[in-house]
Amino acid sequence: MTELASAPPAGKRRLPYKVMIEPRLKEPPRWYPPLVSFGAILVALILGGVVISLAGGDPIRSYLHIARASFGNSGVISDTLVKATPLILVGLACAVAFRMRLWNIGAEGQFFMGALGASTVVLVPLLPAEASPWLFIPTMMAAGMLFGAFWGFIPGFLKARFNVNEIITTLMLNYIAVAFVNFFIFAVWSEGGFQMSPMFPRTAWLPRLTDYARQVPFFGGLTTHLGMLLGLIAAVVVWFILYRSRWGYEIRLIGDNPKAARYAGLNISRNIVLVMMFSGALAGLAGMSEITGVVHRLQGAISPGYGFTGIIIAWLAKLNPFAVVLVSVLFGALILAGREIQPSGVPKMIQGIILVCLIASDFFLRYQVRLVRQGVEV
Amino acid sequence: MLRIVKTFPGVLANDHVDFDLRMGEIHALLGENGAGKSTLMNVLAGLYRPESGTILINGKPVSLHSPNDAIKAGIGMVHQHFMLVPSLTVTENILLGLDKPVFRLRLNEYHRIMGELGERYGLRVDPRAKIWQLSVGEQQRVEILKMLYRGVQVLIMDEPTAVLAPTEIESLFETLRAMVAQGKSIIFISHKLQEVMAIANRVTVMRKGKVTASGIPTVETDREALACQMVGREVLFRLDKKPCDPGDVVLSVEEVHAENDKGLPALRGVSLHVRSGEIVGLAGVAGNGQRELADVITGLRPSANGQVLLNGETVSNKTPLFGIRRGLAHIPEDRTHVGSSPNLSVTDNVIMKKYRQAPISHGILLDMAAATEFAKELKEAYDIIVPDVETPVRLLSGGNLQRVILAREISGQPAFMVAMQPTRGLDVGAIEGVHRLLLAQRSAGAAILLVSEELEELLSLSDRVYVIYEGRIMGEIRDGSIETIGLMMTGTTLDEIKKQAETRQER
Repeated sequence: MTELASAPPAGKRRLPYKVMIEPRLKEPPRWYPPLVSFGAILVALILGGVVISLAGGDPIRSYLHIARASFGNSGVISDTLVKATPLILVGLACAVAFRMRLWNIGAEGQFFMGALGASTVVLVPLLPAEASPWLFIPTMMAAGMLFGAFWGFIPGFLKARFNVNEIITTLMLNYIAVAFVNFFIFAVWSEGGFQMSPMFPRTAWLPRLTDYARQVPFFGGLTTHLGMLLGLIAAVVVWFILYRSRWGYEIRLIGDNPKAARYAGLNISRNIVLVMMFSGALAGLAGMSEITGVVHRLQGAISPGYGFTGIIIAWLAKLNPFAVVLVSVLFGALILAGREIQPSGVPKMIQGIILVCLIASDFFLRYQVRLVRQGVEV
Repeated sequence: MLRIVKTFPGVLANDHVDFDLRMGEIHALLGENGAGKSTLMNVLAGLYRPESGTILINGKPVSLHSPNDAIKAGIGMVHQHFMLVPSLTVTENILLGLDKPVFRLRLNEYHRIMGELGERYGLRVDPRAKIWQLSVGEQQRVEILKMLYRGVQVLIMDEPTAVLAPTEIESLFETLRAMVAQGKSIIFISHKLQEVMAIANRVTVMRKGKVTASGIPTVETDREALACQMVGREVLFRLDKKPCDPGDVVLSVEEVHAENDKGLPALRGVSLHVRSGEIVGLAGVAGNGQRELADVITGLRPSANGQVLLNGETVSNKTPLFGIRRGLAHIPEDRTHVGSSPNLSVTDNVIMKKYRQAPISHGILLDMAAATEFAKELKEAYDIIVPDVETPVRLLSGGNLQRVILAREISGQPAFMVAMQPTRGLDVGAIEGVHRLLLAQRSAGAAILLVSEELEELLSLSDRVYVIYEGRIMGEIRDGSIETIGLMMTGTTLDEIKKQAETRQER
């Protein structure tokens, strides 16, 4: 039990109440954690509003503007979803690894490798440009996931075999992956001296809603692509693996207590490698989806740090695959609104405040706060 | 120290304990684990406040509120677990927390001072060395130096030999003698009779929070008498136990050698066997190789030499899964860190060893409905008190958690089970429940190796008892003579005891 309000020395006037903070001994009810998160976001928006008004802006108008810019009409909602798509996949990649307490900081590098892998299909080329999309898309998905998985395998193997800290290796491999991609776009596949590959053939593009505008006029101009569906499917698959499969049980057991896992006869080393590969494959799929759904060519600036945002998303979602989808959409909206209002600044600040508030709100899940009348012994 | 009383929730750790220390003596405090030795000394070192009782130093009552108070009064304690900063040097560690030097460190001068201080008491250690570079024995010397530099007159050593190699023990004893020769007094906490007889001038024995022998000069007593006072001679409570009907040998351990976590030899040629339908006890003071033996049997620790056979098949130096598949159950010593996964639910915890088989799993898929059903069955059958089986086990009481673990291990219908301290920390009702479950397993024909520090429990449950000391089996007892076990637990082999008895008879 901790006393927050330090008791004033005897003789001085005392507050009639003191705040008692004690660790929770019982699990809070099911509705409590979402309520706390919601409260945290509310507090964050109020704090953000204070800052906006201090800067001379009108907080309510700013918020309305952000809301309109990211959810105002079908067009911007679609744009929000496009932004959310890679975030969902990297968020899931991080969530899977973190669930086993494997600190994969390398989703960014695995994302780039996934993009590179998908590009090889078009650019080597493994498939002729006139091949059917039914062949192209699965092949590119497989290549992207394979490359990402390989980039996850390296740190996984090093950790399992030599106990090398995966934080360091995954972080460093990010830079190698970016440099690797750069090599190909500068030297091998550069188009007319520009640092980018030639445009992919239409058959290698992920179908977008706007491609079906002829059949459904409402879809005109909507750029949401198949990657969104892949992200949703991935979330279901990850949930299913974690909570309904033997492997997921092993991941959860190792993550919670590796000693108990060893005692129960689990092969921890093998799982380290497999989980890192799975995580890498998801991040690789994100890279594949981004270049085949949005960019349509391999180039340098394909990620504004998606891999790192994925870490934050995984934590904010408390490693829950479905929550990853929700948080990713929220982040997608903030990224989009950022472009609307100003290049940087307010949306980034709001992002930061939300993050801090959500992390701080964890306190209320682990402790309960009570007001106690002075002098009453508990 | 007069009439010291200290209670912990549910435990009377010190029950009106008297203790006196003379200047220039080594006074040993002897007792089993949990006898209250460390508690008493923590009171003296200012770490605990007693409920009642007084401490007199040179006839004057003092009140010690903190370790600092104790050090000012000239009392310092070297704990079992050292309190040193690994990345700092010896000198820096010794100076840590002192008022001087105020700002400038003048390390060279202090290096010299520390060197001289060490020289005086035969505590050889390089003042410039960093702590992490030092062996455990050297680190202990630093702890002693720390206390000497603070000018303590009374040094309390809490089981100082537990972590040391034999040669290091000898040099520690030399240091202690040198300190006594220069007028300091030492309290030596131990449960090893040999050491006590070798180093102490007088000895006080504690048992269950009470003093059973107060300040006897070691020259006037012998090991048998001390062993008796240490383990006591209480009437054993008899359990409702059917006569033993042992079958074939299920587990046999043959000449097993293994190292502990620090890389020191922990098992030096252990051999024993357990037959089906019998409970075999393994007695011994904690840290004499019991945990390592359980680890080797269950495949968690490699054995350097020798082997463990389960129904004729080698299970040592295989994976833990190898043993689990062959009906090897294990109730680990550490319920929360090894035996269970705290944030996972009761369901997830009971399927820990079953999730690979139907009906819990079908191929790669887990049937959560079947798992929940299984958990509910166990909850009913083993009286696990929990609102529902989705509750994380970290919220369970010790007794309930132990029932979860027992339920999991027993429900696998094991051929053999190692039970490590299965009742430690449980209340009377829970203990009885565990005992009944173990006996039911015995009737069902399982072979059980029971490791416990509770001698009474061991004797009342077991059909035979092996005694382990420093990684060796001292002998096997069938008649349940607690005095003999007590002697063996402190390092006398059964053969030696018999020989002594014979010579006595001849006389």
